[in-house]
Amino acid sequence: MTSMGPADWDSGRRDRGHRDPGRRDAGDRSRAPASGRRGAHARGPADLRLVWVYPDLLSTYGDRGNLLVLERRARLRGIGVEAISVNSDQPVPRQGDIYLLGGGEDLPQVLAVRRLRTDGGLAAAAAQGSVVLAVCAGYQLIGSEFGGEEGQPVAGLEILDIRSSRGERRAVGEILADVDPALGLPRLTGFENHQGVTQIGPGARPLSRVLTGVGNGNGTEGAYAGRVLGTYLHGPALVRNPGLADLLLSWAVGALPPVDPEYETWTTRFRDQRLAAVPV
Amino acid sequence: MGKLPIRARAATTLGGAAGRMSRLAGRGDGSVIGGVIGLRVEPGLLSLLAADRQIVLVTGTNGKTTTTRLISSALSATGQEVASNAFGANMEAGLVAALGQAPEAPYAVLEVDEKYIPAVLRATHARVVTLLNLSRDQMDRAAEIWLVARRWREAFEAAPDCRVVANADDPLIAWAASGAHHVTWVAAGQRWHEDSWCCPRCGSHLRRDDLGWRCGECEFSRPMARWVLDGSSVIDSSGQVTELALALPGRANRSNAVMALAVAEVFGVSPAEALQKMRSVTSVAGRYTQVQRNGRNVRLLLAKNPAGWLEAFDVLDPAPVPVLLSVNAQVPDGRDTSWLWDVDYRVVRDRPVLVSGERGLDLAVRLEADGVGFELVGGIDDAVSRVSPGGTLDVIANYTAFQQIRTAVGRAA
Repeated sequence: MTSMGPADWDSGRRDRGHRDPGRRDAGDRSRAPASGRRGAHARGPADLRLVWVYPDLLSTYGDRGNLLVLERRARLRGIGVEAISVNSDQPVPRQGDIYLLGGGEDLPQVLAVRRLRTDGGLAAAAAQGSVVLAVCAGYQLIGSEFGGEEGQPVAGLEILDIRSSRGERRAVGEILADVDPALGLPRLTGFENHQGVTQIGPGARPLSRVLTGVGNGNGTEGAYAGRVLGTYLHGPALVRNPGLADLLLSWAVGALPPVDPEYETWTTRFRDQRLAAVPV
Repeated sequence: MGKLPIRARAATTLGGAAGRMSRLAGRGDGSVIGGVIGLRVEPGLLSLLAADRQIVLVTGTNGKTTTTRLISSALSATGQEVASNAFGANMEAGLVAALGQAPEAPYAVLEVDEKYIPAVLRATHARVVTLLNLSRDQMDRAAEIWLVARRWREAFEAAPDCRVVANADDPLIAWAASGAHHVTWVAAGQRWHEDSWCCPRCGSHLRRDDLGWRCGECEFSRPMARWVLDGSSVIDSSGQVTELALALPGRANRSNAVMALAVAEVFGVSPAEALQKMRSVTSVAGRYTQVQRNGRNVRLLLAKNPAGWLEAFDVLDPAPVPVLLSVNAQVPDGRDTSWLWDVDYRVVRDRPVLVSGERGLDLAVRLEADGVGFELVGGIDDAVSRVSPGGTLDVIANYTAFQQIRTAVGRAA
């Protein structure tokens, strides 16, 4: 459905994996998230294209973790993955399946939003139905506005109907939250370190309700609409929340078989330890 | 000491007594408690104790303790006493204790926590500030590093007599130091690039090549260096090449040593004199120490942040020598373990990997994602028991995990 050619996809720097030369079509992007954009059959070696957006500006808190977890959980289902990192001096390809935006300091966040607006690739991909996971500074900048390095309002990309500003004090620490039942996910666990307060507009829904921690600042945490999801759970949020990782994967490729429990042992132990370490 | 006001003298005496009691009670090396008590009696104690001395401050994310030790050793070539907070107590109380314990020393080499540099520079009128590197570290409580660099810049602008000895290869350090009135640039290298992809002056993407770094937009670029680390040698300001031949291992320590040589030059100590002293340093506050434990040789390496892990991997014994990785997340370590995902653990795929620490499970999922085989163990003795008798175990641990292991294998280590 997309008109962008493979050359556009090729413009980024490749981290791992290789492109399937046979794939030219990003598939039907008009289907509902629950059914995914493609069938769960006939997958090639690069059936899932992950784009890590601006790791040079937005990767302060181990953000690579989300990329590695998505890669791992896709491969455990036999899905071929191609992941690329796109630095801020490169164009953002429009044919990615999942786009990742991480956390960053105030100044890089302002630079990132300027360049992303000029580039246009991320907004175009999101409008075409690509999946976006935006974390922390990335979460704020996909909204309509956020607080800059001096607290001044900075215009965001308007990919998600949220509006953020600088709060009174920094929220630092473990966070627990119960996910919107519509998404059918278990409790979220993570670490937050931000000074943002985020309001959710009518075009988006809160991702979760906070049990411990601060999140958006009004008792909710994160937001989502369609296939775009943002959260203050920073850095490697998907490591502790494999269910959330699988939700994003299913939005991109359709229903997923479960992972063999043998490969979930460490993730489960780790997740259980983090859930138990924080009083509700 | 004779010229100290009476309250300052009382403060140092009380502080010294408390430090001795703390050591006798086995509660650590006594380097902080004395300073805390002294400062309660005389809040201006740091300024008073620093007066009329030649003071060197050492700061940066990694290498502070080791470089402080190397500079102290180099300056001992002057034949004069050198005061120093050699055990890494790098906030005001630790500095006061170090100066109070050596009241007659004309030189002091003080490791200083990054965020205290402006205040300590104002209080001590330091002659030299040594800037090693800046990278992400314990972000749940430390300031963002660009802000740290900006505060340094402002502090240097306000200190016209201060000389900054700075690592020209670290863009953020170069930007901070370029605010100073006098700078000695050192090409000490930078392996960790993940926090300096962007120009600290204008924010554009930095270009890197064999000659260093350069901003494509504002032309801010790596300054010309007076001292250059070249492999295992130093090229000094006269163009002479000298083999460093340190006892301390690794590229990071060669970098620290070149910084130390540049500081020594400010005080008239030649590279040859300085190196002769620096080569006798074999371990620093327990780091790089080799100890015997149940018939195995155990080597302790400290790594507190991604850049530190990169340097620690550099000094591992060759495979298949096993390595124990141990991680905690107490307050001094940072409560947030996200940084584990900024470390590339694939380099230890070639050897047996053991995992311990209060956040061993964080490490377990991290290693699994990198395809590194590992075993979770109970602690240092459990790890040692898995090494054949007579064999070697390398240990890399972050701050409190390192201290726990060091205590377990004996404080003497």
